[in-house]
Amino acid sequence: MKIKALSRSASAYQPPGSEVPKAPRNLDPAIHPFERAREYKRALNAVKLERMFAQPFIAQLGRGHVDGVYSLAKDPNSLDRFASGAGDGVVKVWNLTSREEVWKTTAAENTVKGMAWTKDQKLLTVSADKNAKLFDPYNTPSDSAPINTWLGGHALSSISMHRSKNAFAVSSDCISVYDLDRYTAAPEVLRWPKSGETITSVAFNQSETSVLGSTCTDRSITLFDLRTSAALSRTFLDFYCNKLAWNPVEPMNFAVCSEDHNSYMFDMRRMDRALNVFKDHVAAVMDVSFSPTGTELVTASWDRTVRLWDRDQGHSRDVCTYTEVFCCFRPRHGPGNGSRNRKIPALRMRVFATEYTPDSKTVISASDDGNVRLWRAHASNREGVKSARHRQALEYNEALSARYSHMPEIRRIKRHRHIPKVVKKAGEIKKDELKAIKKREENERKHTKKQFEKRKSEREKVVLAREK
Amino acid sequence: METDNGARVVKRARTELVPKHEREKQRRARESQRDYGRGRKVNVKGIKDKKLRSNLKALEHKYKEATLKAKDAEILLENTSGFLEPEHELERTYRTRQDEIQQNVSVETAKKRFELKLDQLGPYVFDYSRNGRELLIGGRKGHVASFDWRSGKLNCELQLNETVRDVRWLHNNQYFAVAQRKHVYIYDSQGVELHSLRKHQDVTHLEFMPYHFLLVTLGLTGFIKWQDTSTGQIVSEIATKLGAPVSLAQNPYNGISHVGHNNGTVTLWSPNCSSAEGPLVKLLAHRGPTRALSVDRSGHYMVSGGADNKMAVWDIRMFREVQSYFTHQPASSISISDRDVTAVGWGTSTTMWQGLFSKHATDQKKVQSPYMTWGGEGKRIERVKWCAFEDVLGIGSDEGFSSIIIPGAGEPNFDALEVNPFETAKQRQETEVKTLLNKLPPDMIALDPNFVGNLDLRSEKQRQDEKDLDVKPVDVETEIRNKARGKNSALRRYLRKQRSKNVIDEKRLKVDEIWNEQQQQRNEKHKEKQVELGPALARFAKKE
Repeated sequence: MKIKALSRSASAYQPPGSEVPKAPRNLDPAIHPFERAREYKRALNAVKLERMFAQPFIAQLGRGHVDGVYSLAKDPNSLDRFASGAGDGVVKVWNLTSREEVWKTTAAENTVKGMAWTKDQKLLTVSADKNAKLFDPYNTPSDSAPINTWLGGHALSSISMHRSKNAFAVSSDCISVYDLDRYTAAPEVLRWPKSGETITSVAFNQSETSVLGSTCTDRSITLFDLRTSAALSRTFLDFYCNKLAWNPVEPMNFAVCSEDHNSYMFDMRRMDRALNVFKDHVAAVMDVSFSPTGTELVTASWDRTVRLWDRDQGHSRDVCTYTEVFCCFRPRHGPGNGSRNRKIPALRMRVFATEYTPDSKTVISASDDGNVRLWRAHASNREGVKSARHRQALEYNEALSARYSHMPEIRRIKRHRHIPKVVKKAGEIKKDELKAIKKREENERKHTKKQFEKRKSEREKVVLAREK
Repeated sequence: METDNGARVVKRARTELVPKHEREKQRRARESQRDYGRGRKVNVKGIKDKKLRSNLKALEHKYKEATLKAKDAEILLENTSGFLEPEHELERTYRTRQDEIQQNVSVETAKKRFELKLDQLGPYVFDYSRNGRELLIGGRKGHVASFDWRSGKLNCELQLNETVRDVRWLHNNQYFAVAQRKHVYIYDSQGVELHSLRKHQDVTHLEFMPYHFLLVTLGLTGFIKWQDTSTGQIVSEIATKLGAPVSLAQNPYNGISHVGHNNGTVTLWSPNCSSAEGPLVKLLAHRGPTRALSVDRSGHYMVSGGADNKMAVWDIRMFREVQSYFTHQPASSISISDRDVTAVGWGTSTTMWQGLFSKHATDQKKVQSPYMTWGGEGKRIERVKWCAFEDVLGIGSDEGFSSIIIPGAGEPNFDALEVNPFETAKQRQETEVKTLLNKLPPDMIALDPNFVGNLDLRSEKQRQDEKDLDVKPVDVETEIRNKARGKNSALRRYLRKQRSKNVIDEKRLKVDEIWNEQQQQRNEKHKEKQVELGPALARFAKKE
């Protein structure tokens, strides 16, 4: 008879000279019962942990501005320089690492409407007082005079730098392209024939460098080509758009943010439908910006929230609000006015501009309470060196919550955000109203000859008319 | 099968020549899918949505890779299982005696065979801890002791001066539960009484579910109760309404409790059942009380022993008896090891069976002779139980406790992250915290434990219907008529079947309508025929 019985020695599992006991694995499914249920439970824990660590707000930059902040510009050649422009014409340049102001000047008599950094790291500002000015924040002290000033015909609303040429475009009722190498040269003027409406924003495409996109108060999105000095096409939406931003990675796509609470993404080659509709805000969207990776967007809104979006999702991934923000108040009432940290009501903080930082890990927002704030793009992420185990655990948790994201409990926890009551209430009212409109349309459709018409998708409905 | 030209028809023809390495690859994929696969593949070809299709394709690829890698990781397994093999055809494994085995195995293993002579306070019930390190014995007359059975180190010894009916370790070797005369008590490893569970009365059987932290008790009153040992709450209590139960087993695969009753039935309970609704499943296993029950670790087979001297093997996926065997006396205790060796204690003997069931076989053959036998020395067997990760069977009898060596019974390779027989105190503490964090809620206990995470397809369909407002409602009549298009008798059969349903809904009403219409037509035809044949021959008119 051949006989063999199991025999293990304890010393084999605790090698001599080592403090770490051996941990053999056996992947046989029979010795891992309830694997699905246990994995689900781990996913639930992971989602809860993620929410527990979610703290989107990082800090405010310095002491902010005296007036509301209406524009932001990041220096494309630097990781830590940002400029912000306020309603009283003051422009400040910030260092993101120290979160302090490094340079400031008064650039205009009234609101600074837009800013842009040149390739040689000079700052261009445009304002409602018809002036475009060029400053040198890196090499001159604060409050120094501009290097050059251009006087436009009308109040200027926005500015964009050409990618390769040393030229910039400003918008008023038309788009004027100035050459930075020849200060005195007359600008090249682009406009849609016979259109005299105010252009709210202009942006150069960064890959197809001579293409310009612009939005106008006549509810249109107009594309221009600098090579032919002519407009390419014009697309009308239901409401006018506040801002246009090109995707840095997919150069044919751009996003616009509209007064109708939505943002839209378009393909400039196919303007008959939107690529995506971003719906979540409950008031006009003031600014939109792509992350440097091109996969995410950030929008700032009149409803006091900043929302973060995935490029291919219709609803926001995360929301940054001011409910729990302690504001560093400027000493308006003189010293000795108690603590500088006071919780301020959410009512005054409408967000006018927002921008991803170049590392795409944080987002900067500018609001009309005069503060420039820094937020995490992924609220539960923390910077700093992580051990391999920690990193692995985080990745595992992320994969788990993605795998079970369809489960109701997990989805509920994942989606839960604490937002101001007014915003929530407004959202509920809006939802009800939209439902009522939809119901009315359906009833109408049922009893009129509209029922024979083909339905239009939400993305097609966006486009009202097109002109070429 | 042959065709008329004499060529043979091959069922799965090999149309192109498959090279050897390709065949090897296919075999490897098949084997890994069998051992480590998690269900059937999703057919991605029928999916229209491009994004969904590519996502699913990627997922399926990932699953396939995972099974292949798991199969490849088998070379890292350190141990192979024990065995007992006859060298020529006259040798029989069941004739092998324990002293022969002891002579042929290592000294360390031979020590695992021992006897505890405790003939004063028996009969003894016992329990091995989850990792097989500690042993807890309980004598009927109040003697309870726990010890590390390999080193023989005693942890605690108690004389409770009360009847002890069952003992059970909780999630680790720090706590154990004892079913005493009136209530259930929980002690810590030092033997200090921590809790007295007064809501559990006259308990005869105890089970513990480590992933749910539930203590299952079954009492003379016929109540089955689940108590959460981490929060102390009673999760559920159910009256089985079948009198005092005689046996209890837990299905380690899905956490369902199998209860054997005096009338020969076995009922399956989860904490989500209720007394009013009754058990999940009720099956008649024996003519006479079902004395002993055990379920294998993969949850596919159950072995039951009854007072009718029968031992039956059940496929509990289909609830069908696959084989039945004869025991000389009614089985008092049954236990299935990790490698599917079944130990049956009956009278004064214990019989070990190998290959009573096999997961991979389509039909289970009847085993002709047992694998090993033990006993016949006048000790009445009270309980048999396998020690985890060892080739060791514990036997509790009225004269004490015996530990015997059964080669090939234990799982050779443990998973240290699941249950670790060599765990240190620190590891034990960490495992405890981890398992508490991942404690499963009792409402996840169901016959199919993999329902968790599945989509509710019905509500999905409803959602889709709401979304697509232009879709025409399904016309029930055309649906019914399409079911048996062109065949009148088929339609009639379908209608007859539908009419036997007792739920009156729109479809059922429509069915009635069509049925009456057909009936009327038939009657009319019949009358026409009668008229045709004339008054004398009318009675020969055939009714369809």
